[in-house]
Amino acid sequence: MSVFQIDFGDTPDTPPRVVGIDLGTTNSLVAFLDLTAPLVIPGTNGSPIVPSVVYFPTTGEPVVGAEAQEALLTDPVNTVYSAKRLMGRGAADVAGELALLPFAMAEGSESVIRLAVGGRQLTPPEISAYVLRQLKQNAEAFLNETITQAVITVPAYFNDAQRQATKDAGRIAGLEVLRLVNEPTAAALAYGLDKRRNGTIAVYDFGGGTFDISILKLEEGLFEVLATNGDTHLGGDDIDDLLLRIALEDVDTEWGRDLSNDHEAVQRLRRAVINAKHELSSLPAATITLDYQGREYRRSFPRDVFEKLITPLIDRTLAPCRACMADAGVTPEQIDEVVLVGGSTRIPLVRQAVRALFKSEPHTELNPDEVVALGAAVQAGILSGEVEDQLLLDVTPLSLGLETMGGVVTKLILRNSTIPASATEQFTTAVDGQRNVLIHVLQGEREMVRDCRSLARFDLKDIDPVMAGMARIEVRFLIDANGILNVSAKDLRTGKEQSVEIKPSYGLTDEQVEAMILESFDKAEADFNERQVREARVEADRILAAVDKAKQSDAWFDLPAEEQTAVDKAINELHLSYHGDDHVLIQSKMEALDLASRGLAENMMNSAVRNVLKGTKIV
Amino acid sequence: MRLWNLIYRMNALPADYFAVFGISPQLALDLPELQRQFYVLSKQHHPDRFARASADEQRYALDFTSLLNDAWRVFRDPVARAEYVLKLLGYDTADSRTNTVPAELLEEVFELNMALEEARDGDSGARKQVAEALTHFTALRQDLDVERDRIFAAYDAAPADTHLETLRSLLNRRRYIDNLVRDAQQALS
Ligand SMILES: Nc1ncnc2c1ncn2[C@@H]1O[C@H](COP(=O)(O)OP(=O)(O)OP(=O)(O)O)[C@@H](O)[C@H]1O
Ligand SMILES: [Mg+2]
Repeated sequence: MSVFQIDFGDTPDTPPRVVGIDLGTTNSLVAFLDLTAPLVIPGTNGSPIVPSVVYFPTTGEPVVGAEAQEALLTDPVNTVYSAKRLMGRGAADVAGELALLPFAMAEGSESVIRLAVGGRQLTPPEISAYVLRQLKQNAEAFLNETITQAVITVPAYFNDAQRQATKDAGRIAGLEVLRLVNEPTAAALAYGLDKRRNGTIAVYDFGGGTFDISILKLEEGLFEVLATNGDTHLGGDDIDDLLLRIALEDVDTEWGRDLSNDHEAVQRLRRAVINAKHELSSLPAATITLDYQGREYRRSFPRDVFEKLITPLIDRTLAPCRACMADAGVTPEQIDEVVLVGGSTRIPLVRQAVRALFKSEPHTELNPDEVVALGAAVQAGILSGEVEDQLLLDVTPLSLGLETMGGVVTKLILRNSTIPASATEQFTTAVDGQRNVLIHVLQGEREMVRDCRSLARFDLKDIDPVMAGMARIEVRFLIDANGILNVSAKDLRTGKEQSVEIKPSYGLTDEQVEAMILESFDKAEADFNERQVREARVEADRILAAVDKAKQSDAWFDLPAEEQTAVDKAINELHLSYHGDDHVLIQSKMEALDLASRGLAENMMNSAVRNVLKGTKIV
Repeated sequence: MRLWNLIYRMNALPADYFAVFGISPQLALDLPELQRQFYVLSKQHHPDRFARASADEQRYALDFTSLLNDAWRVFRDPVARAEYVLKLLGYDTADSRTNTVPAELLEEVFELNMALEEARDGDSGARKQVAEALTHFTALRQDLDVERDRIFAAYDAAPADTHLETLRSLLNRRRYIDNLVRDAQQALS
């Protein structure tokens, strides 16, 4: 770490900056909050958009972004795109679409997909981590400081496993993910920042891989999501696949050659199809062309033919919109504004469908490519305390339930509940001396286990052996502000914490993620010391504030004078060590303050007991 | 215990949903006012406000806010709220989930079931009958809601167990009618 960097803005006293990241299926961006306005950060090529493509050459370092996109044509089997569609999924989920993807799936992909690329086996979180690392680097180069904390956006309709996979990707990339925020909600944040108005808005987010609809109420800086719905497998990619299949059939009839197993040809054709799709958003017709091995294929697509083809896909966005309005308890007339997000909303037919459904002209003034990243930066500002007058209240997109007798799912937390949300359930044993109870948790709206998505199995272990039906284990299911489930259990008979072993149905275990983090741990040594100093300072701040508070209580005045002096001395020494860059010294001064303040703590504890008896709160 | 950890632990979590809002258990609630309180408390306690705080404070923010959200979700729905109060006061609502037909509805339910079956077989006359039953039961449910609010007010004015008994059987009847309305609606859609 150079001396210069310390001089530029990265002053030791400012807490680390939090960036906002839109980790998209097709495109990813990073943004930060600059004074008051969020800004997207350009990469080395000047564009803020980093295509979510990673090329794994058989030798040498992986390549991310626009450069990797070129490798799709030259080395398709080692180039991964749209990895987001594979996040939190198993082999059976993606069997259908994998046919057109050039990269191959490895063995053992039932609960976590493993791709065989560049002579290695990689999971979707590891691949996404390369994209995140690139964004982190772009931000570090632009801001001239180390970035360790981020807000990352996810589709609102992402389930638990997909969210967890995204968080894992962040950790593998060396980022502490302070919050996962839903993409449409982030867009609303960016949008509301501009307008500062009250009302009901709908955000229609149709991107590369996913579709989301969210309806929010904006009131005095509070963004309250009323309902959300969507399809995590519906986006521009599906339009591309549709056109691609048609083009492949055409070529087959014209040339008498099935190219669908020729990865290079498929990727060339895919690019031609995407170009034509983009042109059709502004032109009445476009041509798909393929020059390959001396032969040429051309097909002109008039817009009306294109529109007819994609109508079923666009119609699939409408049912979730209607369900969302019903859940939010609003009619189209009650929606004040509709905001369009995502590249696929550039398609005129999409706009037309949205206009017809919501009976109003949708807003497009914010750049649909950037708005989600900008909103993520605003949320980052909320978390870091820079933005104080805004707050997001989001919801869980899917109901959470338990498997009960006969393969039926009993709902515990209903969809569209504001998060964090919780539910408690009591469990007992069925057999004398039973030591384990297995709980199967699912997500989804349907009645039967087979129609819902298995989230995880929780094993309540080492239960006190008692007679059947006597054990009383209370399990608390808590969906946190990231939309991720946390489970804890208590033995009501003993009052003790009950151990719970989590077996996720899809995704990586904590140990696997840790191993991946270790593997990617490199050249971070210098950053590490700096980070420890910073963390020690944050801890010191908190301690000093707490002691300050304690000094205003009666307990302080009851303290013998020499103890007061000792505490003050320890405070002073901590202050002195604070501005050095020796985290060990700061730590030891904190320990000293802890020792010096034991008597004060005891006094506080005693008066706390007195106050609790009187029914008043202390702090 | 360390002084600073002590400071944060002292804020015990509210014991029940009413304590979250700092009110005593009651059945009738001023929802617009409660919603304002919900927003105020959210702004104070939401985990987003504590992302940089100690682990203890983060934990408290998460636990408090989940309780707050759970409480508001239950309170805004009068039926869920009444069930919650009954449970809080030791009335077992679990056994009330049994599907015994309220005696005074026996005859009407029997007729509706017949009509539903015929309607499923495509009898258009039966459809009309189902539609009429739907109107009837919807009105009945509305009456029950008026009655429910009356019990709410009576109990809050002078808490007596008899009110709660009446309330519990009213909720049973209402739940039953709810199911009838849902079945009729399904048959007609
Ligand atoms: N002019 C256009 N006309 C039609 N489609 C477009 C146009 N521009 C971009 N797209 C499509 O938009 C998609 C990318 O949009 P966007 O960058 O918003 O998605 P993403 O954020 O990467 O995906 P997601 O949010 O689903 O994870 C691609 O499918 C792209 O082909
Ligand atoms: Mg997007």
